[in-house]
Amino acid sequence: MSTGNFEDWTGNISEIGAVYPFVGSETFLVIAGVVFWLWWHFKQSKMEEEQLKEELEKWGNKEAMLKIIDKEDPEFP
Amino acid sequence: MDNELTALGILFTEYYYWSTVVFMFLIHVGFCMYEVGASRHKNHMHTLMKNTMLIPLVTVTFFLFGWWIYFAFPNGPWIIGDLVEAPHAVATSEAMGMHMGAGAFNGWERINGVFWAAFLLFSWTAASIVSGSVIERIKSSGFWILAVLIGSVFWVIDASWGWHADGWMVQVLGYHDAYASGVIHAIAGGFALGVLIPLGARIGKFSADGTPRNINPRNPWLVTIGLFMIYTGFWGFYVACNIPMWDIQAGDGVFFSATNIYLAPTTLSGITFNFLMSLSGGLMAGYIVSRGDPFWTYSSGLAGIIAASAGNDLYHPIQAMFIAAITVPIIYKMHYWVERKFKIDDAVGAVAVHGYAGFIGVVVAGFMLWGYPSSPNPDYATINPLGNFIGALIMFGLLGFLPGFIFASLLKKFDMLRVAPEVEIMGLDMSLHAADIRDEQAIIDAEREYLNSNYRS
Repeated sequence: MSTGNFEDWTGNISEIGAVYPFVGSETFLVIAGVVFWLWWHFKQSKMEEEQLKEELEKWGNKEAMLKIIDKEDPEFP
Repeated sequence: MDNELTALGILFTEYYYWSTVVFMFLIHVGFCMYEVGASRHKNHMHTLMKNTMLIPLVTVTFFLFGWWIYFAFPNGPWIIGDLVEAPHAVATSEAMGMHMGAGAFNGWERINGVFWAAFLLFSWTAASIVSGSVIERIKSSGFWILAVLIGSVFWVIDASWGWHADGWMVQVLGYHDAYASGVIHAIAGGFALGVLIPLGARIGKFSADGTPRNINPRNPWLVTIGLFMIYTGFWGFYVACNIPMWDIQAGDGVFFSATNIYLAPTTLSGITFNFLMSLSGGLMAGYIVSRGDPFWTYSSGLAGIIAASAGNDLYHPIQAMFIAAITVPIIYKMHYWVERKFKIDDAVGAVAVHGYAGFIGVVVAGFMLWGYPSSPNPDYATINPLGNFIGALIMFGLLGFLPGFIFASLLKKFDMLRVAPEVEIMGLDMSLHAADIRDEQAIIDAEREYLNSNYRS
């Protein structure tokens, strides 16, 4: 039993072709890759919006921001 | 691979491209150092992550569709012909993975991955060029969508059109751009300019009467060392633009040589002369025009190489030096003129160093190499000024500026382009800094408590 399409390195090497496991599953793998890539963008965008919103709520007032500017970086008021 | 000589040729080619990738990685190290050095302390981590995360995103998308675009689009498609079959470059192909076959994909199965990676590193570079110009106010989510578009779509289309042995621009226009003045630099600079318009300037960049202010690099050392890194990586970039070993003899006989991307003869020795002489011309002119400003002197070295790159497979070294030296003052002046006139806040001068220098480089090559063959194929148009000028417009304008402007405007419409002014003022690393300060204070409190409970006063 082998997850690849060969079980030993004997014979004509060039006839082995692709050596990764589960040859034939490429279409499924590409679809999964596309889904993962798009999911990442959505997830990251949501995370970023949440963080920006939280920052604005905490420190987005004039008083806090003036302190930040006065202290230069990185002090927190 | 059934005799030693064939095997040596294939394995050398495989190793050749692999080593270019290692060198080109340094370009990205350099861009990260450079951008962080150019940003203010309150934005360092955001700037670093913005540039770092384009690596996986462009890599994944270049695997999924970018590589296929390069081989499928040389005819436009539908400008001079249909889509081209590219069985080795489709993401579902067996050749897009470890493969032992000999001939099933016309030899691609052995070098596909390293050639893909060499192009991929160009993709990172294209996205990274844009990254520097938009620091300190762009949302990461918006930037990473733009990075995928320039890195895995638009630059690849231009490469297929003008940086492919059978690209329609080579065939019809005689377009020549051996080391990617237009194909990478003009398009990325144009794209950056297209993004900068809807993005807008950083708060405080312009006074009330519109006079620009310098937001100088926070860490000049990091900026300059970063640019040195980019120079180093640029060697890999140049070498990756070549085919290391190819039979270039037309008709009877055999003559092996290195070739440029169009399969026309060149030598590593010749391009080494020109790389260093154009770097020198750029540095010398940059030092004079900027009055010794380190940031602009280093950037001018880069701009000098970029200006000569379109024809550096054929120029004389002193020609390369003068093309660099003449281009640098022009792009330097243009940067400040555009900044004043249109209120464009390009934080690192990327539009000038890459966009204008790349554009000029392509145009100059059209004149300097007028009448040279653009390709070993005698049926293709010869290099000419009009062909390269149209090519430069396509690179900078059609495939660079226009998509950059359209997609950035769309992102702006959905509030995905720019952070709120309050966030910009407090800095994009505010949460990290606040957490650091909270932790620091907690540790100080704990230390104080330890002293109070273990030592008598």
